[in-house]
Order: sequence, then C-alpha cells, then structure tokens
Amino acid sequence: MYDIIIIGAGITGTMLARDLSAYKLKIAMIDKENDIANETTMANSAIVHTGYDPAEGTLKAKLNVAGAKKYEKICHDLGCKYKVVGAYIAACGEEEEEHLKTLEQNAIARGIPYEFLSGKEARREEEHLGDDVTMVLSFPTTAVIYPWEVAIACAEVAVNNGMDLFLNEECTAIDKDDEGFTVHTGNHDFRTKMIINAAGVHTEKVARMVSDDPGFHITPRRGEYYVLDQDAKYVKHIIFPVPSKTKGKGVLAVPTVYGNTLIGPNSDFVDDLDDNSTSEEGLDYVRKNIRKTMKDVPLYRSIRTFAGLRPTSDRHDFVVEEAKDVPGFVNAASIESPGLASAPGVSEYIIENFVKKHFDLQDNPDAVMEREAPVILSELSEEERNELIRKNPLYGKIICRCEQVSEGEIVDCIRSVCGARSVKGVKKRVRPGMGRCQGGFCEPLVLNILARELNTAPTDVVLDSLRSLILESENR
Amino acid sequence: MKNYQAIIIGGGSAGLSAAVTLKKNGIEDIVVLEKDCEPGGILEQCIHNGFGLQTFKEQLSGPAYAERYVKMAEEADVLIKLNTMVTKLTADRVVEYVNPEEGAVRISGDVIILAVGCYERARGAINILGSRPAGVYTAGQAQRYLNIEGYLVGKRVFILGSGDIGLIMARRMTLEGAKVLGVAEIMPYSNGLPRNIKQCLEDFDIPLYLSHTVTRTFGRDRLEKIELCEVDKDRKPIPGTEQYFDVDTLLLSIGLIPENHLADEAGIVMNGVTRGPVVDDSYMTSVPGIFACGNGLHVHDLVDFVSLQAARAAEGAAGYLKDKKDRGYIQHVNPGENVSYTVPACVHPADVRGNVEFFFRVRKPMDEAVLEIRSGDTVIRTLKKKKLMPSEMERAILTAKEIAALKDDVTISVKEVIS
Repeated sequence: MYDIIIIGAGITGTMLARDLSAYKLKIAMIDKENDIANETTMANSAIVHTGYDPAEGTLKAKLNVAGAKKYEKICHDLGCKYKVVGAYIAACGEEEEEHLKTLEQNAIARGIPYEFLSGKEARREEEHLGDDVTMVLSFPTTAVIYPWEVAIACAEVAVNNGMDLFLNEECTAIDKDDEGFTVHTGNHDFRTKMIINAAGVHTEKVARMVSDDPGFHITPRRGEYYVLDQDAKYVKHIIFPVPSKTKGKGVLAVPTVYGNTLIGPNSDFVDDLDDNSTSEEGLDYVRKNIRKTMKDVPLYRSIRTFAGLRPTSDRHDFVVEEAKDVPGFVNAASIESPGLASAPGVSEYIIENFVKKHFDLQDNPDAVMEREAPVILSELSEEERNELIRKNPLYGKIICRCEQVSEGEIVDCIRSVCGARSVKGVKKRVRPGMGRCQGGFCEPLVLNILARELNTAPTDVVLDSLRSLILESENR
Repeated sequence: MKNYQAIIIGGGSAGLSAAVTLKKNGIEDIVVLEKDCEPGGILEQCIHNGFGLQTFKEQLSGPAYAERYVKMAEEADVLIKLNTMVTKLTADRVVEYVNPEEGAVRISGDVIILAVGCYERARGAINILGSRPAGVYTAGQAQRYLNIEGYLVGKRVFILGSGDIGLIMARRMTLEGAKVLGVAEIMPYSNGLPRNIKQCLEDFDIPLYLSHTVTRTFGRDRLEKIELCEVDKDRKPIPGTEQYFDVDTLLLSIGLIPENHLADEAGIVMNGVTRGPVVDDSYMTSVPGIFACGNGLHVHDLVDFVSLQAARAAEGAAGYLKDKKDRGYIQHVNPGENVSYTVPACVHPADVRGNVEFFFRVRKPMDEAVLEIRSGDTVIRTLKKKKLMPSEMERAILTAKEIAALKDDVTISVKEVIS
C-alpha cells in the first residue's frame, strides 16, 4: 500500500514528488505517457513568470509569486538551466499604457522588481520591437527554463529517494474503500491511502472516477508556436503584448535557454484532450498577432512548429483542493499559465494543506534533494572536455552537429535514473534533433545508440510513445 | 597550436577533390577533417547509378564515385582525420575540432577550405499542419536508414517534393517492396532531373502531382494519413481540393540548404539566395584565406560539378598561398532578369588568372531564351538557350580578356523568348 500516488508526471506532479520525497512516505507516480513531462509541460512558453499578472486575491497570484521565488534555487540544486532574460510588456498607445499601471500595482504589492522604459529606450535594447510600441514595463528578473528538464530532474530526485515511477500506465478507474483507494490501469492495480490528481488536461476525467461532481470543468486551450533557428538571434528579452482578458498573455517572442526563439502562442479551445495538432487558424493568428509588438519577424527561419494544450477550467483560477466527499483525493487542476512558474508553490500548498492533514510527516534522513548536473560538453572548457574524452572517448564523438551533442552525453541520458526510452526522450534530455536539421542527420545515429543501450532491435526503437515505431522492417 | 598550410573542413566529394587538387599543386601540408567514420560524405548512401558521367565518362554509384576520390587521396598521401567534428572556425583561420582520440584540439591554417555540404529542409520549414507522429522523414534520412543501416522505414509512402533525392527514394522504396502512392510538387514543374522523373516515377507508374502540396498529417503515434491539396499560383492551398491518402510514411524532399553555421560564426559574408558564402573567382570568401566549395557553397545537382568546383577552389587556395597578394579592385557579377544567383559573385580585373566559369540558376522554366552577359551599357555576349529549368544549373564563361577589360559590374540575365 502506497501512502500517496501522484497521477501525472508533469511539472506539477514531479515538483510535488520531489518535495514529498524529503519525508518518510511511500510514494508512486503514474503517467500514461512513455516519458516524464510529455504533454503540457513539454509544450508551453517555458517562462518563470514573476507573478505580476494574475488578479489580486486569486490562488494563481499567491502560488505564482511563491513558486517563482523558489525557482532559481531549485534549478541550481537540480543542475538545471535557469536563464534570467527579463520580460518586456509592450504597450501601444495610451489605453494600453493605462493597463501597465494595473500591472505596476500588482508588482508593487507583490514585491516584484520592475521599471518603465519609453518605446525608444526599449527599442535600443530590442531592435525588432515594433515602431508602434510607446511604453514598456520591464520585469528584469523574469527567467526562462527548460520545463521538461526540471520535471525530469525532480522525478530523478524523487526516484533516488525511493519513489516508484510507472510510465505507460493510464489510470482507467479508481475504487474508494475504507482504507484508501485502488487505482486501476490496464496493467496494474495500485493500492494507496491518498491520491494527488495532477493529470493536466485529464484532471477532470480522473476526478470523475471518484466523484460525480469534481467542481470544475476542463476545456483544453491549445497554444501553437513557431521555433526559430538559433542563428536568427531575434530577441534578448521575452516580449509580451499587454495582456487581455479573453486571449490571455497574447502572442510572445521568447528567447529560449539554448538561444532559439519561440513565437506564439494562440489560444483556442479544443474538444479533444489529445489534440496537439497544429492548425491553419492557430498559426495564422500567431503570424498576425506577433506583428502587434514586433517587426521583421523572421518566420522563414522557423525550424519547427508545435502545439500544446493548457488545462483551462471554468473556475478561471487554479483549483487545488480536496475533492468534496472524497477525503484523501486532492485535485491539482486547472493549472494553466503560470502553472510552470507556480509548480513549487502548488507543491508547498498541497503539502501544507492536504498532505499534513492525513500524515504526520517525518523527515527522510537519507533524502538527497539535489541532482548532479549532467555533462554538457559544449559548455565545458577545452581542458575539462579533454579530461572527459580521455576517460571516455564517447565524449569525443559528436553525434548531433547542430547542437554539438556527443555520444557520451546521449549514453548518459539513457543510462541515468528516469533515463530516455525514445528518440524524443533523448532529444528532451540532451538535445540532438533540436537544431536546424531537426534530426535529419543524427536521428539514425541516436536510434542505433538507443537500440544498443536498451539492448533491443533497432526496429523496436520508438520516436515517442510505445506505438510510435520509426522503422518498419529489416531490409534483408 | 599546430599549423597546416591548408585545412579542409569536410571529407565528402568536395573536400576530397580539393585535397587531391592541393597536392597536385604542390601543397603538401594539409589535413581533411571529416565528421563521419569514413570519407565520402553523403555519396556513401547514394547507392544508385548516375554519378561520374562528366568526370570519369562512366556511370558510377555514389560509393564507387567516392571510392575513386578516396583512392586518389590515399595515393596523394592526404591526411584525413575521421570521426572529427569541427566545432568552431574563426576569421583568423583557427579551427577547433573534437574527436575521440585527440579530444578537443585547436589548429590553424594558412588557408581553410570549407567543404561542409548541406542539410535537408525539414518539416518545420514548411509548416505542414496536424499531428507530429513517427513516420515523417526527410528523404535523405530514409535513404540512410535503407542504404546504410539496412531498414525500410514504411510500407505505404507519399513523397512531398520532386527533388532528386525524393525521386530516387520513390524508386528505391518501390523496389524494396513499399507502395509509393504519389509524389507532390508545389511548383507547376518538377525540381528533379528529367532523367529521374522518367526512370524513378514514370517507369513505375508513380503519379506526380504538380502544383500540389501536403497540407496536413494525421495519426498520434505513427503517421496514418496525409492530406494533399492543389495550390494556386501563389502556392497557397485551394480549399475544396483536399485528397486523402492512407500512408504510414511521408518523405520530404523539399530542398537543401548549405550548412553555413561555421561560416556565419566566422563572420563570412553570406548570399541570401544560395545561403552559402559569397565567393570571388578564386572561390575565396569575404574573409581572406578562407575558401568555400561544394554543396556548402551552393547546392549542386550533379556531384561532378561539386568535384570540379572544389578543384577550382583548391587552385584558388594554392594561388593565394603562393603570394597572398591583394588582387586589386573587384567587379561584381550580379544576377539579372530571371536569374536567381551567380557563383562566383565577383572578379578581379587587375589580376586575371584565366577564363572564369559562372554557375547560375534560372528562376522559372523557359522553352526558349537568350542569355545575356552585360557590363554597364556593353553587351559582352548573347547566347540562345533552349529548355531552361531551375533544377538544372547553367554555366557561362567570361574569358580572361573580357574580364581584364571590365569597367563596370557584370549582370547575367536570361530573357525569355515567346514564340
């Protein structure tokens, strides 16, 4: 019998898992995907918002501010990228400038550093900022991260501290009894005293397994993005338009941790919980609306488009609460933007308000909350690189020329705790395929390394899910 | 830091040809840096015939063509470092590379020849809508899986783009037992060599959909279906023309782009059309002592021309090594009407080394046309041309005498003759 089962291995679930692994608890995490961080956490703007945006009095505001404050240390402890780039909220004309004042009030009340720049001053910093931009509210402490890197690192820590991780386990039914719950998946039945439902866009579906009225209704909101080549070097700061009630934070230009640029997202409600396809209307919207704040948008440097779903609900706020009449079943639902930034806050909130209610928490004396950063060869000095290559020549064999990833790094990420099991899993962890050739050259090499390391036939290597086979058959 | 007379980046068809030519010109102290575990570059996966007609006057497979150059390089005692990836190039001709034996190493060269090849445009460059499942490959990727690794990527195949790799793969996959349902080309004409259209599609009854493009993919895990649309004259899909094909594989043959990251970082001036470096008649880039050739300079349609141009770049480099003199003022050679680019892009009238051959592509297919080379108000030459295609590289020559006499920039244009 587990003490707690977390359903969903996104940033909310994994952040909580890491925090819970500091205590003497028997924890399991289940996820229907073939990797950690494979849905909403994989496809978003990757920003640690400082917390100036959510309306006063909301749970969002509270947990965003709390979460953002913790992020830098978390990333440091986990050996994850945390790049402070700063955010510009770009206003065009008096009406929008007025709105910046509201954000300023929030920033003052929440202790968030900010400054105002004139359009001209801002354009000196950001040459592609649109000519219509008259005023900019700058939040210099806003950072970008690699969301899935943080989630994977959190899961690694939790697993090292004793958590059981079960991937490819889709929760199909939950039974409640006097002692707790039985979570059914196609493959297993798991017994547990408590459940945290962090299933992203699927939280309502999971909540309905124990309760007819979960108290919220999720309608996924799709966001589509362009990814631009690193060489485009388009922006230094994150550029936001002035936020609107109906369309959220608007279409942004975001410099990523590794120097690509994201352009997006749109915000369209969709019916299908799994529909992360890109659409003509969506990308059209992105193309048109980025021009509100930006000029000379080099969309011809696009190397990929993608779409992600945010779990938006009818409550217009995070829903983090114990299900009515089902003690021990906690929903972490409606964690849309700024869910990434809020994850540490959500985790703390769940532990303080719900976990502590059910368990008398004892510290786990053996818990290690840090993770050693994986080797990133391209960031090392020549001496450091050479020392590594002398010890292990695989670090000297570059597999991905766009991102300069060595075979040694790929092997590391497959052999590590919560290691990669798919080509996309390798891409998420060490980046081959993220560059301008999008895996054209390196995918066959990565596939061979995966087959060798997992001791499987190349024809069994998958792109992502267990059914996403890359090769059809051996040719004679 | 070890210094070489010449460092050649890339050991494919261009790099090997450049190396052999340098040796012929008495440049002994050279090194070729090759990322793969054997020399030959992309030729190693091109196992079909048709290489070498110009160079060797016979039909060779890609690996056989490469083998000829590998052998010449061996006989000339060319030092080739394999499994060696160049990670950085600077304008002062310092090259950083890494390999398993030596680790990360820095070397300098009196000259550098970029022979880095090109990469395939991928799905993200053209925004096919829909899901992102397994089963979508660039044509070259599928070719590698099949010809190097020995695996077929799928059974029911659609191909977007009628570039040569796509056409070759249509035939190759058919011969290996896959069903190729069609090839779509967004332009109203094919971008492949006519012989490939005939031998790879027509001979196998594979339909070619001109003015069509793949607009959407379906399938969450593996590709299940694609949507094909007709396009208008602006290449926009026409609503109502959707057709659907149940396929597990989509191959993309939608263009090649010179791999220009190293050159970019070194501050070399690039040509926005070819996306390779701008070079003069000696194939020297804007950075003195750095030369460029092969598909990393501009994408060729025949490997023979890659070898030929690389040899000229090597001759240019050898000439530079002799005296390193400033070659005086330049006259640009610009693309005019119906011409998308010219390589080389300039000449030095005060230092003429011989006739100069220019490579260029036309912007659209033309049945009959007149090639005109003009300098200022002077028409240097006109030539009647028949059956011009953007997919076929054209050539034009300026003689040494003509170059020496230039008083103005040169424009190469092609005027369509409508009869």
